[in-house]
Amino acid sequence: MVEWTDFERSTIESIFSKMDYEDVGPAALCRCLVVYPWTQRYFGNFGNLYNAAAIMSNKMVAQHGITVLHGMDRAVKNMDNIKATYAELSVLHSEKLHVDPDNFKLLGDILTIVVAARMGTDFTAEVQAAFQKFLAIVISSLGRQYH
Amino acid sequence: MTLSAKDKAAVKGFMSKMKSRSEEIGAETLSRMLVVYPQTKSYFAHWPDLAPGSAPVREHGVIFINGVYEAADKIDDLKNGLLTLSELHAFMLRVDPVNFKIFIHCMLVVLAMLFPEDFTPQVHLAVDKFLAQVALALAEKYR
Repeated sequence: MVEWTDFERSTIESIFSKMDYEDVGPAALCRCLVVYPWTQRYFGNFGNLYNAAAIMSNKMVAQHGITVLHGMDRAVKNMDNIKATYAELSVLHSEKLHVDPDNFKLLGDILTIVVAARMGTDFTAEVQAAFQKFLAIVISSLGRQYH
Repeated sequence: MTLSAKDKAAVKGFMSKMKSRSEEIGAETLSRMLVVYPQTKSYFAHWPDLAPGSAPVREHGVIFINGVYEAADKIDDLKNGLLTLSELHAFMLRVDPVNFKIFIHCMLVVLAMLFPEDFTPQVHLAVDKFLAQVALALAEKYR
């Protein structure tokens, strides 16, 4: 059972309520595909991913970035039971999408960096710690149903 | 994952922008690492003050950053260029190399915060590759 402090709860809620999903989602997924090119293996039918410019102007990537980010809404609304909330999504990622769970961590690190860029000095060390704790739990829950 | 000529140019270009805020980058990276990854404090138990922004943290942040600049100067042969630093980390400091990745992540977060326009995905890629090579070179003499 995860214990959240008041600070951590309000920090996570604040970050996601202020977030511009149409900006952060595409930015995070694009950056992930550029910085860790092997993650492109999951997007074979997304068209042109040949170079950074192509990736960053790819509409399917942008749309998918928004989808993935909204996927985290469920966790933000159910912070006391992320594990159960994500059971179905975990099965999806394992059985249907066949995503190596190590990739969740890669996207998590990229998301941290993108949020830091948007928030600037508001992204204090304490805020970063809370955000990374939240992401670690999301990542662990998403990997739980793999067998 | 060798550094291409393009990677090296991107790294050198970005480093020259970093130089104007070196102290801030160093202090912020180290402060942040100690807060977000408290296990890293175990290497600094001999300091009087581990609080973010404290004097020992600021001074040491500068030492770290200067190490990164030194590595950038030796980017064409990191393994040999950083031999002395590797010996320091291997035999004296004995920092577990897992912490190099932690430090790198914190540094990338700080660079994104302080240079939101310049730290593009392509620059991020080049700097991440470079720092990973630095970490490898630092671990060279461990065993």
